[in-house]
Amino acid sequence: MYVAVKGGERAIDNAHAWLGEERRGDHDVSELSVAQIRKQLSLAVNRVMAEGSLYDPDLAALAIKQARGDMIEAIFLIRAYRTTLPRFAGSEPIATEKMACDRRISATFKDVPGGQILGPTFDYTHRLLDFKLAAEGGLTDAPEGDAQPGDVPHVLSFLDGEGLIQQEKQGAETPPDLTREPMELPANRPLRLQSLARGDEGFLLSLAYSTQRGYARNHAFVGELRIGDVPVEVDIPELGFAIEIGDITVTECETVNQFTGSKTEPAHFTRGYGLVFGMSERKAISMALVDRALRWEELGEDNLGAAAQDEEFVLSHCDNIQATGFLEHIKLPHYVDFQSELELVRKLRRDTMAGAGNTHAQEAAE
Amino acid sequence: MLATATSTSAMQGGFKDVPTEAARQFRAIMNAIARPGRIETLDGATPPAPMSVAAGVMVLTLCDPDTGLHLAGDHDTPNIRAWVQFHTGAPIVPAEDADFAIGRWDALAPLTTYAIGTPEYPDRSATLIVEMDALSSTGAILTGPGIKDTARLSLPETDAFLRNALLFPLGLDFFFCADTRLASLPRTTKVTKGGAS
Amino acid sequence: MNDYNFAYLDEQTKRMIRRAILKGLAIPGYQVPFASREMPMPFGWGTGGVQVSAATLTPEDVFKVIDQGADDTTNAVSIRKFFQATAGVDTTEETDKATVIQTRHRIPEAALNEDQILVYQVPIPEPLRFLEPRETETRKMHSLEEYGLMHVKLYEDIARHGAIATAYAYPVKVEGRYVMDPSPIPKFDNPKMTMPAIQLFGAGREQRIYALPPYTEVVSLDFEDYPFEASKADHSCELCGADDSYLDEVIVDDQGGRIFVCSDTAYCASRQTALQDAAAAQHEEISA
Repeated sequence: MYVAVKGGERAIDNAHAWLGEERRGDHDVSELSVAQIRKQLSLAVNRVMAEGSLYDPDLAALAIKQARGDMIEAIFLIRAYRTTLPRFAGSEPIATEKMACDRRISATFKDVPGGQILGPTFDYTHRLLDFKLAAEGGLTDAPEGDAQPGDVPHVLSFLDGEGLIQQEKQGAETPPDLTREPMELPANRPLRLQSLARGDEGFLLSLAYSTQRGYARNHAFVGELRIGDVPVEVDIPELGFAIEIGDITVTECETVNQFTGSKTEPAHFTRGYGLVFGMSERKAISMALVDRALRWEELGEDNLGAAAQDEEFVLSHCDNIQATGFLEHIKLPHYVDFQSELELVRKLRRDTMAGAGNTHAQEAAE
Repeated sequence: MLATATSTSAMQGGFKDVPTEAARQFRAIMNAIARPGRIETLDGATPPAPMSVAAGVMVLTLCDPDTGLHLAGDHDTPNIRAWVQFHTGAPIVPAEDADFAIGRWDALAPLTTYAIGTPEYPDRSATLIVEMDALSSTGAILTGPGIKDTARLSLPETDAFLRNALLFPLGLDFFFCADTRLASLPRTTKVTKGGAS
Repeated sequence: MNDYNFAYLDEQTKRMIRRAILKGLAIPGYQVPFASREMPMPFGWGTGGVQVSAATLTPEDVFKVIDQGADDTTNAVSIRKFFQATAGVDTTEETDKATVIQTRHRIPEAALNEDQILVYQVPIPEPLRFLEPRETETRKMHSLEEYGLMHVKLYEDIARHGAIATAYAYPVKVEGRYVMDPSPIPKFDNPKMTMPAIQLFGAGREQRIYALPPYTEVVSLDFEDYPFEASKADHSCELCGADDSYLDEVIVDDQGGRIFVCSDTAYCASRQTALQDAAAAQHEEISA
């Protein structure tokens, strides 16, 4: 006699135990500490913080360890944790001109006030596997210079002064909060930028790349890319002023794009904007390009039908936690639905073979 | 000085254990709107007079800083404002901005002031919490979703609800409170004048 | 799990969901947007249902979870354990003992009563989504009650296949107004949707909640000459003999051998117990 398979609970427990064992791996190899991940896999930590929308390097490192290095899984752990946290306050907008820059480059000017700072970049490394790193580890010291005092002005502000670039006006309204309100389409730019800031790096990279290859090309140059620490201030109503609660590292990218103008409006450049937690410059540049592509309507451009111009398409699909959940859910049992289709297909075949299908089709077509 | 005097009483009269009390009270509220005309009993809140226990429970269960609350007529008192502020943080707003409005039937009028939603978002509409002297399963005859055959409810009038139902899917949703008793009339309910029952 | 609030979600989130549920009940079949949270299980795995259940459960509830009609499928087990841990509720596999039932893809066979709540997990709440992918467009269609596209699709099915080629997630019209996705239940379950229990639908990833009050009129879309048909496999259950329940087909060998068993495991088990009891009683009678 047929006996249905039971024991889902035991199977789950066993699977989890096995997963734990695999995560730890060979016991002869010493266990990875959270501090090691935080300090030595910092770009992975940065990505998890950015797409997890939570600035906490220790928790991001823990998530990476727990997720066995699966970045989306780690981001998911952070998101699920983040959503349970109470909100104490909203910060003042960060002032990126006050950034203590580790890196700051402009592709549009040879030199700029405040200087070009290459910083810790892969840019001019020759991508040769460093076997010494495998054998001996890599203990290197970089020469140190003096930090520059004072603010570092934004490169695009020089163009702004001349009226050569489109002005970004400060909005009066408090931006919507994607994590507290349902997404409403069409979205405004603050909502779009929020969505892109936590969107999947790979998805945004490909969309940005597609604009460069001609799908809504917007002629982007990196006007400025800066990475460094900025203070976060919170307004305390009881005190009547804002106090600094800490520093965060962010990457900011402003692109200078295709100029526009008309008989009534003098020619000027346009811009795209990217801002991401941590050192995440690929993401920040991608974000700026996609932001710029999404602004076609506001800037009076044509809708070329390109994916990167399609707000609903981009915003509905850039979140990798939503995407991976729905993608992977097709692993779950669907046999009830499959059974209903099986019955339907069998019935349609019977009807067709009996010739009934043809008659009906004809009737319906008439 | 006044603030200190009211804040003591304002701090009282809330749920003892918020997560479980709110859960139980919400179930009763949900049952009321899912079964128009059915009378549920709420408890756990002791708001300042003249707000009823049932209306107080509605506020504690559903209002917070994200919902605008309108206090109509004799419900707009410093004590009630302080109580609402302390327990929910809900902003007190004029009728046209209200997500929820509380007051006696006459004080809530005119109903045309309140948001009835938009064709795209009919949910962006106000919920009116009507304070009554008494509530019973008599009077107007109710039909519609949530009602097996018919139900009866002692409504303050019928014409207003007839007009409201015609707006569907837009419209207002009503809760009626008397002491600890609660009943509901969502926009889907069709109301006809009933004789004595 | 003690570090988390009752039923996991914080109170403000629960209030937001509760307000959406009330609006859903007031506008049956209309999809109320809500600020769905990231849950500790993936989107697409019941996060909408879980959030609705979390906002609905009280400590006194008896909770049942089914997936494909079965209580012991892995995801059902996982969700049941989640609420045992976070809400401390009692759980059951028996349909009539449950006060809140969360389901994926089925409506239980046993008729539900007025004191029960059925919570559906919904993957794509928009019935028009596969005809028109844009939310901005489908929202307009619902507002104008413009459902021609759906009728055209069903009619094209008939033209091509001689029948409406939708076997699950078969669209319904609620109280003559909103076209609604009943979630991916087999169309066999559609006629059960006019019922005494409250039905709540949660779509977490898509951020929508919708609802049906008891006894709401729910009509499966069809045409006069091609009426809706609630179909199932033309067999009876191998285990309990039921011929009125939805059946799973089980392949039992590599020779094309197959049997059919109830998809609703609790229904099947109760019938098997009843059959055994009857047999035992008969046996006693004979021996006495």
